[in-house]
Amino acid sequence: MATKKAVNKQTPKKGTRKAAEVKLVTVYIMGKGYRVPADATIMGAIEYAGYQMKRGAGCREGFCGACATVYRLPGDYKIYTGLACTTLVEEGMWLSQLPATPAHKSLYDINKIKPDVATIQMLYPEVFRCVACNTCTKACPQDLEVMDYIQAAKRGDIEAVMDLSFDCVMCGLCAIRCPAEIVQFNVGLLAKRLYGKYLAPKSPELEKRIKELKKRKYDKEYNELMSAKKDELKKKYYDRDME
Amino acid sequence: MYPEYMQDSLKKVVASRNRRFEVAKSGKPVFPPMTADEREEVLTKFHPDYKQEARRKVRLGPNKGESITTEVADMLESHSRIKPDMFDLDNPDYETDLLIVGGGGAGCAAAIVAMQNGVKSIISTKLRLGDANSMMSQGGMQAAVKPQDSPTRHYLDAIGGGHFDNKPDLVRALTEDGPEVVKWLEDLGVVWDKLEDASLQALHGGGTSRKRMLSARDYTGAIIMRTLMDEVRNNPKKISVLEFMPTVELIMDGRGRCAGGILYNIETEEYFVVKAKATIIATGGYGRLHIRGFDTTNHYGATGDGLIMAYRAGAKLMYMDSVQYHPTGSVFPEQIAGFLITEKIRGAGGQPLNKFGELFVFPREPRDVESSAIIRECVERNNGIITPSGRVGVWLDSPLIEMLQGDGYINKQFPAMHRQFIRYGIDITTEPMLIYPSLHYQNGGIEINERCESNIPGLYVAGEASGGVHGRNRLMGNSVLDYNVFGRRSGYHAAEYAKNVKLGRPTLAHILAYEKELKEAGIKTDLIAPILLPSYTPEVVRKRQLTAHYEGTLR
Repeated sequence: MATKKAVNKQTPKKGTRKAAEVKLVTVYIMGKGYRVPADATIMGAIEYAGYQMKRGAGCREGFCGACATVYRLPGDYKIYTGLACTTLVEEGMWLSQLPATPAHKSLYDINKIKPDVATIQMLYPEVFRCVACNTCTKACPQDLEVMDYIQAAKRGDIEAVMDLSFDCVMCGLCAIRCPAEIVQFNVGLLAKRLYGKYLAPKSPELEKRIKELKKRKYDKEYNELMSAKKDELKKKYYDRDME
Repeated sequence: MYPEYMQDSLKKVVASRNRRFEVAKSGKPVFPPMTADEREEVLTKFHPDYKQEARRKVRLGPNKGESITTEVADMLESHSRIKPDMFDLDNPDYETDLLIVGGGGAGCAAAIVAMQNGVKSIISTKLRLGDANSMMSQGGMQAAVKPQDSPTRHYLDAIGGGHFDNKPDLVRALTEDGPEVVKWLEDLGVVWDKLEDASLQALHGGGTSRKRMLSARDYTGAIIMRTLMDEVRNNPKKISVLEFMPTVELIMDGRGRCAGGILYNIETEEYFVVKAKATIIATGGYGRLHIRGFDTTNHYGATGDGLIMAYRAGAKLMYMDSVQYHPTGSVFPEQIAGFLITEKIRGAGGQPLNKFGELFVFPREPRDVESSAIIRECVERNNGIITPSGRVGVWLDSPLIEMLQGDGYINKQFPAMHRQFIRYGIDITTEPMLIYPSLHYQNGGIEINERCESNIPGLYVAGEASGGVHGRNRLMGNSVLDYNVFGRRSGYHAAEYAKNVKLGRPTLAHILAYEKELKEAGIKTDLIAPILLPSYTPEVVRKRQLTAHYEGTLR
């Protein structure tokens, strides 16, 4: 991979691979061909080719969704989708990044909406245009059941939307492929917030602890710890019991 | 898929698993935790910070003469991107109450709380909103919510883990606000992992004496970050977000108070002047400086920008001699080298094992101790496993988790980790992972007090960019808590300050003074900072980039 091959100075030195030994493939980055290492990720390949990325790169570990990419392979009519940071290159791959997806987000006050189907109707009415074609699910680089959660949204099953969309990285690939022009990832986020705020059972322990803190129950213990000498603190620390 | 030559070692992991399972199930420590002396020994001999070249004295600025991490010293001894004379500060492009530098967790939390206190803000961010380490934390957030736990016990764990160097007021703020932060986030819509009786699921982390790690599967940071971002985006009239527009210098007034910043559009290469009554630095950490050549778990923009701009303005740094290496970065396959493997794996019972399939350290030591023990096992004892590309690592036995917690636990609790490895044909429910420490966190930063004030009036700092909260070693789950606690506090206190301050005429004189100081110290460098983005352009390409008078942008 073309990211900085950081050689850890405390580990046995890594075998320096000579250029000739590295197996290369040809990929077409936005139409222009480059020879890149066969085991590179798409992001690694783009940087190996010499691009300084500004858009299309974020966490680089599959969590942020900055690096949505579409590609085709030789002899294959299909459009494929993936995250550039976690998808490997293939011989003849023709790729283009989609670092931002034009997508609307409804504005709302989370304190003034309810966790039900009426909220979905009000904020994302296009959800009801879903034709159940499953293209969103096929496009998802996280392998989520996107269509199923959109169907759940139509039923007002907020918990199911939360559960099925939990691992969404909001890369936008579902929305850009959707023939019904739904912005699935924003529907998923709305449902998660509705679930967390309104439907998740509340923890009595948490409420109790917050009340204790408001009554300043721990002030005395804090003052003792904060004024303790380092040796006393050390003793307390190493003597403490473990759960 | 692991190569053939590793199969012998893998068989040894399987062979010892039932025995290790019996011990783990008994509830006794699976390996003796280290004493204070043992910790001291492994740290001084094997922690990368203790290598001779790891630190050097910085030659100018508020911490002049202090020994700090070499790569940070290099960054501080750099030139500004701008020529101050070229800016018309009296006609700013934007005017606001509050400038927030950084669009991660701390920045968003600060903007929301400032808004609730009647103050408008601008968030200036280098990449997109939420492109931050906050997005990537997997394992969880510490907060003392369980009856058998207490905020003061959390205090003791945190200060012991930090080697008793933490600033007491900050640790108190961190641990005392914890439960309230859990509720605040839930009220915003964060989905916490809960047990059947509705109580919060809590697991152990390294250095915790009570189960205190709260989580949202292994997308904890992603769920919190996206909730905060969504709340920011729901309020465009009160919070303006300027993406791909990092702040590159601070503006001061004639009386030494912070008065805004200079922003740079990294796409059009234009500069903009923002006048602000108060400024919060929430720029996160510096993993992309690849300190000591280590791979990093950090996001693309983690280049320590806030440190240098605050330092030029006269802010004092604290504990910049201390770097956190996460014990469990991935080393195989090569494509995911350096990637974070959440500490929640060990919290749930996962064990680090050498090539003989044997434990060599208590799995939940504080991070610096655990990392040093792994380095010792590989480097001194030669008990690591060498990867095909020449890296070395030890096993992290995840299948044991399924035995301890029940079938299906990994898929439910670690979907991100499972996904990360199954792409490469490794099923972590049946096979272990190969790991080695990876550059993870900036323990120190700009010194603050419990109101997030730096020594510069009007300049607040929150999150990883700040120093003092974690001493010289942060415990797992205390950074997610940190950016929430201090993000909120900075938003509140900066808002209160902004309501009353009357600023004088804006100036960039401190930039000129810093250049002068560089010259007087005899420092010759072509480094320009903030660095903004790392470059991974291969050497062969760079040699052909021969433009004679190339100005602007990143290179």
